[in-house]
Amino acid sequence: MSHEAALHNHEGHESHGHDDHGHHEHHDTFLTKYVFSQDHKMIAKQFLITGMVWAVLGGLMSVLFRLQLGYPDASFPWLESILGKWAKGGQITPEAYYALVTTHGTVLVFFVLTAGLSGTFANFLIPLQVGARDMASPFMNMLSYWFFFTASIIMLSSLFVETGPFSGGWTAYPPLSALHDASPGSKTGMDLWIISMALFVVSSLLGGLNYIATILNMRTKGMSMTRLPLTIWALFFTAVLGVLSFPVLLSGLILLIFDRNFGTSFYLSDIYVNGVGALSNEGGSAILFQHLFWFLGHPEVYIILLPAMGMVSEIMSVNSRKPIFGYMAMLGSLFAIAILAFLVWAHHMFVTGLNPFLGSVFVLLTLLIAVPSAIKVFNWLTTLWRGNIRFTPGMLFAIGFVSLFISGGLTGIWLGNAALDIYLHDSYFVVAHFHIVMGVASMFGMFAGVYHWFPKMYGRYLNNSLGYIHFWITLAGAYLIFWPMHYQGLAGMPRRYFDFSIWESFKQFADLNRFISTVAMIVFAVQILFLINFFYSIFKGRKVTVLNPWESNTLEWTTPINPGHGNWPGEIPEVHRWPYDYGKDGHDFIPQTTPVGEDETETH
Amino acid sequence: MATEVKTKNKIHPQKMYLYVGLGSIVMMFAGLTSAYIVKKSQSNWLDFELPKVFFIATVVILLSSFTMQMAVKKAKEGLQNPYRGFLTVTAILGVAFMTLQYQGFMALQANNIALTGARSNSAASFLFVITFLHLLHVLGGVIALFGVRFKSLSAKNNTENTLPVELVSTYWHFVDILWIYLFVFLQWIG
Repeated sequence: MSHEAALHNHEGHESHGHDDHGHHEHHDTFLTKYVFSQDHKMIAKQFLITGMVWAVLGGLMSVLFRLQLGYPDASFPWLESILGKWAKGGQITPEAYYALVTTHGTVLVFFVLTAGLSGTFANFLIPLQVGARDMASPFMNMLSYWFFFTASIIMLSSLFVETGPFSGGWTAYPPLSALHDASPGSKTGMDLWIISMALFVVSSLLGGLNYIATILNMRTKGMSMTRLPLTIWALFFTAVLGVLSFPVLLSGLILLIFDRNFGTSFYLSDIYVNGVGALSNEGGSAILFQHLFWFLGHPEVYIILLPAMGMVSEIMSVNSRKPIFGYMAMLGSLFAIAILAFLVWAHHMFVTGLNPFLGSVFVLLTLLIAVPSAIKVFNWLTTLWRGNIRFTPGMLFAIGFVSLFISGGLTGIWLGNAALDIYLHDSYFVVAHFHIVMGVASMFGMFAGVYHWFPKMYGRYLNNSLGYIHFWITLAGAYLIFWPMHYQGLAGMPRRYFDFSIWESFKQFADLNRFISTVAMIVFAVQILFLINFFYSIFKGRKVTVLNPWESNTLEWTTPINPGHGNWPGEIPEVHRWPYDYGKDGHDFIPQTTPVGEDETETH
Repeated sequence: MATEVKTKNKIHPQKMYLYVGLGSIVMMFAGLTSAYIVKKSQSNWLDFELPKVFFIATVVILLSSFTMQMAVKKAKEGLQNPYRGFLTVTAILGVAFMTLQYQGFMALQANNIALTGARSNSAASFLFVITFLHLLHVLGGVIALFGVRFKSLSAKNNTENTLPVELVSTYWHFVDILWIYLFVFLQWIG
């Protein structure tokens, strides 16, 4: 191919097979630079901003249903002007409530915390931190974003169909998801949900394959696997989890499509539907879908959490001015989590009539996850220990992540026990647990990443004061919202209920619910503050004037302040050491590109 | 510099991309065949014989792997015309495989075994969904074969770069092996 032949004549290129980027910038038009870009950095920003749009929409949905939960008797005429028939007389209808809960879950889990988180940071950081000019296949990378974008448009359009978006919960269990007549949301809304999710799976796969191939094959000279920053290791395991588990979800969804549209009986049996009569289906098993779903669903939790863990490790080491404590232990625990992620899915199904002996195996495997998790927490705390800590907003969010991970992780030990889970299942205890450990913790990881790498993304800084306000209110808010839910759950309050005021047992929580709703609104407003900070700073933020503002060791800070497509104008730098030489031999930091000195003490 | 790439003895990134991608396809079919096993152990499972034509289809796809390998060999030797010839034969065998599969579906229907719809049993539906998804992967391979074949005609592409045909051949052998697995699974294991 002439492409490669021409490359061989180029001077100044070494080590990598097919990188002739960085010479083409004068060809860029608006369309190829900002829209159909194949530059991993631009694609990362596309993922980030699309993810932000979804975060606002998903967050707004939670505000709306919290309004219902906090003020079940009040009516808000302005709601009718936004939601129309879904809020007749200013009160959200039960159908709208379920649609909001479902879409909130789907959007936050998949579109924000999967695409928005690993889509952004895997794309942005992998080539920059391993020392590559771009991904293994920039074209597939672009396709990955556009599949995500199309999935987004379809999911968004489902909000506007007459029968409403899907409303059977983000897990899409049949029969609600398989029967058109089960509920209004099970009609067109569900069709759009499936199409959108299928496209989303394709997007994740195209992206994940690229991340893996790039990390394994396109590292610069000297960048051995054990010299990779922990961000890259975490993103690597995230991609492996996605590549191995998303296809299984796709299998489950394909069978679901056949049940919905072609009369097969994979999940459906002879159910009697009011107004329709008995179905002609025979012998289908709804539990089968749950197995296929949770085989993705549990790894998905780690797909969301691992990138945050990786970024937190990196940011914490940089801002403590200390090497990360236990690099190999961090790596080993990531590996252990990735393996265990595939072996615990049935702990979501303890109340499905699962054989108790089988359940006990899943209990054991689930509780084993506490071991690598505890190792990681220990290593983060020991990295902080006696560090020369710089409390940047990124660092604060990283510390906040550890706090939330501990708080949410401990309740995981409760829920991992089948005996306790049978009582707590589908209660607010579960809602509190997964929101803290997976939702808010990963959001904190994402915020940490945005604050830390914003200077590299846009060549400007975010406003620090707004960052501090954002951090403290969000942290306090997260605990104020979700901590009380543990008590509600212990008292038996079930999740997904529309109106608790009509239940004698749950009336006592009316004030608490109102309190939670109020805090939720405040926290949402503070996120708007963050968005203002973000978009204002892209254009008007304080300019970055030095290459390496955080005095960090990793490769991305050796690129120009505003790197072009191809990242390094000259040769890709060679790596001589691991990325965590902070406070060594009297040097505050030693970048990875510095050769090892003769009298240097041996560390890594 | 070209020699430097070779001495590093690394897998080409796009090959790595493909290998990992094949892993994800494996997971998809592993999910389906696991679901098959779970479902089979439950009540209301219809036992029936695979259509005979599936055996012929198996021979055809095995044969196509052989012609595919010949195409790669000719491409590496720089023999353009035999190379394109073997690509065409491979693609035709691929189309033949799909046609035979389709006849298999028709044969089942003719035997009053509904694959989908109200009268269908999930045993037949599983067979249909699994083989149909495999069929789509074969179709993707056929399109890729034609793509590589017609690209090789354009003057811009010199003969030295055998990467595209190597990628296609890896994929083609993969869908062949995948079919052998599915066939053995459906015929004797599942």
